[in-house]
Amino acid sequence: MAGKPKLHYTKGRGKMESIRWLLAAAGVEFEEEFIETKEDLEKLRNDGSLLFQQVPMVEIDGMKMVQTRAILSYIAAKYNLYGKDLKERAWIDMYVEGTTDLMGMIMYLPFQPADTREKNLALMIERATTRYFPVYEKALKNHGHDYLVGNKLSWADIHLLEAILMAEECKPDILSAFPLLQAFKGRTSNIPTIKKFLQPGSQRKPPIDENFVAIVRKIF
Amino acid sequence: MSGKPKLHYFNGRGRMESIRWLLAAAGVEFEECFLETKDDLTKLQKDGSLLFQQVPMVEIDGMKMVQSRAISNYIATKYNLYGKDLKERALIDMYVEAIIDLNELLMTHTFQPADKKEQHFATIVDKATNRYFPVYEKVLKDHGQDFLVGNRFSRADVQLLETLLMAEECKPDILAKFPLLQSFKARISNIPTIKKFLQPGSQRKPPLQEKDVPKLMKIFH
Repeated sequence: MAGKPKLHYTKGRGKMESIRWLLAAAGVEFEEEFIETKEDLEKLRNDGSLLFQQVPMVEIDGMKMVQTRAILSYIAAKYNLYGKDLKERAWIDMYVEGTTDLMGMIMYLPFQPADTREKNLALMIERATTRYFPVYEKALKNHGHDYLVGNKLSWADIHLLEAILMAEECKPDILSAFPLLQAFKGRTSNIPTIKKFLQPGSQRKPPIDENFVAIVRKIF
Repeated sequence: MSGKPKLHYFNGRGRMESIRWLLAAAGVEFEECFLETKDDLTKLQKDGSLLFQQVPMVEIDGMKMVQSRAISNYIATKYNLYGKDLKERALIDMYVEAIIDLNELLMTHTFQPADKKEQHFATIVDKATNRYFPVYEKVLKDHGQDFLVGNRFSRADVQLLETLLMAEECKPDILAKFPLLQSFKARISNIPTIKKFLQPGSQRKPPLQEKDVPKLMKIFH
């Protein structure tokens, strides 16, 4: 049964957003079923759909996949976004883990009390500009290619673009010291599948707002 | 260049232990360079050895690999512990990611402030016995095979064993309700490379003691 992948999550970004990005970049159409109340989540749990009682869950190729990284790795490999050999995969994995850490710092900010949030926002900006972005800027500088690994679009590029845009939502000029990342952002955003995903009306989710924080707290 | 992988971390389990387990299970000899002071970490950061300024770092096949998942993925693939195709990899990944979640809970127990420790312990036991262990018990029951995925030894088996042992350190009878996990534990422990790793004198690290926490804090903070 071919069918489109079906995503089970809340109507927000959270841990599902990277999966939406990857599917969209690969040109794969997908459906979404949104969890709106605690009952929705309980129903999924009770009918045995969630291996570890958690979402994200993605129905794909006859499986009910859970665990964000497992899902992302599967999609990346299936759609040839995971490099051509073991060494390229190693680099893609290292880069993706870095952008995962960075996005993790941003994702939970709206759920924190105001004073902690301010401190963590400052920490995120520091890490972004001194720990993470310099690595990707240097990678692009060293090989002079359009893409991070193997001179070909991969999961690492898609994940980096997602992280850049998320960081810019926090601080619009966060890329000011990184000319190659700015060019990378422009270039990668123009890839047809990604350009489409960045347009209004796509399945890309907006940044979280206070109302949604309350809804999420009730569900989980 | 000796050719053996070289592990850079402090002399404890932390995020490097799963990597030690995987290399040992694969029968790969490795060397270790221990960070003892903050200066040791700073030196590594300054000489450009750490891509994101963090350890674990493993020198392997001409690379200075960082990020524990990236390192484990590489080792598992290289030594044929990652399934035979994409679907087996997907199952292995799902099982391993959940094990990592449980490991995080187990690992952070020593760092809990005294007033939170009891509740944290209760959370560990609850999650282990209600969320995670039942899944692996059922997997083994459903297919009746010796290994979790594909009737063949994989990284999922290695990492599950590691976690079962760590959970037992927390609560010795934690596997009481899981007969298949008990026999799994015995069976996998008897695999020659793993049996060797479980013997005294191996590179397996002991659990973190509370008295070691201040030294650790000095290196990383």
